[in-house]
Amino acid sequence: MSGILFLLPIALGLGLAGLAAFFWSAKSGQFEDLDGAAERILIDDEDD
Amino acid sequence: MNAPQKVVGATTSSTYAVEGMRCAACIARIEQGLPKIQGIKSARVNLSARRVRVDHDPALAEEVIEQAFRNVGFDAHVFAGDKLSTHGAGSESRTLMLAMAVAGFAAMNIMLLSVSVWSGAAGETRDLFHWISALIAIPAVAYAGRPFFRSALTALRNRRTNMDVPISIGVTLTVAMSLYETAVGNEHAYFDGATMLLFFLLAGRFLDSLMRAKAEDSVAALLRRIPGEATVIVGAGQVRRPVESLMPGDVLLVAAGERIAVDGVVTSGSSEVDQSLVTGESLPIAIAAGAAVLAGTINLVRPIEVRASAVADDTSIAEIARLMEAASQSRSRMVGIADRAARLYAPAVHSLAALTFVGWWIAGAGAHAALLNAVAVLIITCPCALGLAVPIAQVVAAGALMRSGILVKDGSALERMAQCDRALLDKTGTATRGRLQPSNLPDKPRDRAILAALARSSRHPLSRAVTSALEGVDPAPASDLDEQPGLGVEGVFGGTRWRLGRADWVGAPATGATTHAAFGPSTGPFRVISFADTIRPDAAEAMTELRALAIEPLLVSGDRREVVDTIAAQLGIPGRSQISPAEKSGLVEAERAAGHRVLMVGDGLNDGPAMKTADVAMAPAAASDVGQMSADFIFFGESLGAVPTAIRASRRTMRVVKENFALAIGYNALAVPLAMAGSVTPLIAALAMSGSSIIVVVNALRLRRAAR
Repeated sequence: MSGILFLLPIALGLGLAGLAAFFWSAKSGQFEDLDGAAERILIDDEDD
Repeated sequence: MNAPQKVVGATTSSTYAVEGMRCAACIARIEQGLPKIQGIKSARVNLSARRVRVDHDPALAEEVIEQAFRNVGFDAHVFAGDKLSTHGAGSESRTLMLAMAVAGFAAMNIMLLSVSVWSGAAGETRDLFHWISALIAIPAVAYAGRPFFRSALTALRNRRTNMDVPISIGVTLTVAMSLYETAVGNEHAYFDGATMLLFFLLAGRFLDSLMRAKAEDSVAALLRRIPGEATVIVGAGQVRRPVESLMPGDVLLVAAGERIAVDGVVTSGSSEVDQSLVTGESLPIAIAAGAAVLAGTINLVRPIEVRASAVADDTSIAEIARLMEAASQSRSRMVGIADRAARLYAPAVHSLAALTFVGWWIAGAGAHAALLNAVAVLIITCPCALGLAVPIAQVVAAGALMRSGILVKDGSALERMAQCDRALLDKTGTATRGRLQPSNLPDKPRDRAILAALARSSRHPLSRAVTSALEGVDPAPASDLDEQPGLGVEGVFGGTRWRLGRADWVGAPATGATTHAAFGPSTGPFRVISFADTIRPDAAEAMTELRALAIEPLLVSGDRREVVDTIAAQLGIPGRSQISPAEKSGLVEAERAAGHRVLMVGDGLNDGPAMKTADVAMAPAAASDVGQMSADFIFFGESLGAVPTAIRASRRTMRVVKENFALAIGYNALAVPLAMAGSVTPLIAALAMSGSSIIVVVNALRLRRAAR
């Protein structure tokens, strides 16, 4: 029973952190172009 | 969330639909290549939508940007639909997605606790778990349920009921009842059911919002094509006046390259006009004094004077706009299969729940037990599978079509497309490629390089046709490049003067009636390049396929009889010639009145009213912006085979939608009696709801190959 007292808040906290991260990424437009994001990793950056 | 649209200094953004973007190299080529052009600030590719947002100088012409795309190897067309931006657009989808995330988070965490309750936690542990569940569920439902509560409230205020009313009542009652059960320490709490139900419902709504076309004002886009100002000749002088203040009888001076602002008659000067916007004809028409010109067309060659005969709302372009407005109202009366299901749903659920409550009450079970069972009915009938049945099928089918180069603008179009049994095709730009294809181009690399240099320096339609045919040829260095309006272009290459233009000007003997231009050095020999608008390569096969799908195709065109008959014969379908935009729309109306469902495939402004009147419309990606906005489907590439492909995919989609409805109704037929009998525990509710939703989703995934 005492283990649960630690584990439950930890589990919920992790979940909430994930939810917050999702909110942030959605609001900063990271889901606008999923195919593009997958391909962009292959582009060599030219220093400009 | 409403971050300001990015406008830096004097920069505007335009969106382009680009064909053939597939990989990282394409992105890099566009994003790094375009800004090298003077006036283009930046380009941002959206690969999923196959669109590119270009930030550029407002003065930069569309043609220059399209040329810039061609230089890096892509065909681009202005995308006239909803502006694709990182912020602002699709805010409804975003709200739903965030609500879905919250509901999903809550459902998963509560399920974690519920599993231990189901597996035997009792007494204090169970109560604690129920309380924690309540702690998660109540804020989550308050946040994620807003889209439903808001819509239900609006409906109730208008003394109507919709699907969201039973959903809202069901969710609220479930949470309230579970809270009460928790407080008194009873065995069953339905927090997991309530949040999971919201999650599935939101998933359905989210997918649906992705598939709904944003309301686009095609009429406003059309009227943008009339210039805002015109040069009026007053006495000996010239004044710039806004078009609203023009009167019939005014004489306008129209410069070369300017759009004509009125319908009128040429009083002096001779030139050529590009009427493609109004008539769909790609070839420029020669005009001289006495010839009629239309508002919205472009004067190509020399300045002319035009006496206005109709201005503002009386021009034929404004008439087309009115026709389109009237037509779009008739289409919105259509009721989709999902709406019909929703109409039946709400009253059925309310009466079942009420029946359960009354039944148990009469049977003497007491208010508490009766309410418990009524709420169980509301939860179990919640239309998760029903809400997913249509949008999930549409999303999967649209994805499959997108991969084969067909963009679905509105999910409901799949349903309308599936029912079609008549297809009307426009000639220019639809059955044909819509652009002039030069033949007899030179073979020698040096000649090709010179021709490319000459053609590139002019924006005459014939030069543009040569330029696109010579794509990839590096132009030869030239001096003294000069365009002679009405005659052609000339330039000096390595000491010799070369010309491209009218045969008599270049020095070649004039030949037959076909459209042609001559090309050669001043010393000869000359080469005559002829131009023709060719039929799309697989158009005839596409027509055969349409017939195999029990769809009768018909070619309609504003063009002359001989031309239409030739093309119609090549396609093997009947043709109607010299049809005005209003008559085209009337033809569609007549077919519909005879009980047929009509697909209109067209591209130009002249097809706009017919496309709006038709049950469903399709346009090539090269279509004018009005054509694109009136269309439900847009296809990329040369092939007309996209039309039968879209129809087949739509029919398969509707089959899957109907199967999904059957599954959802079958589920209810099993689960509702169970709930009414009072034997639904939270475990059974959770299994039944998620099970039915997942079956519907899996069934829809079969559509991934629908567009093969």
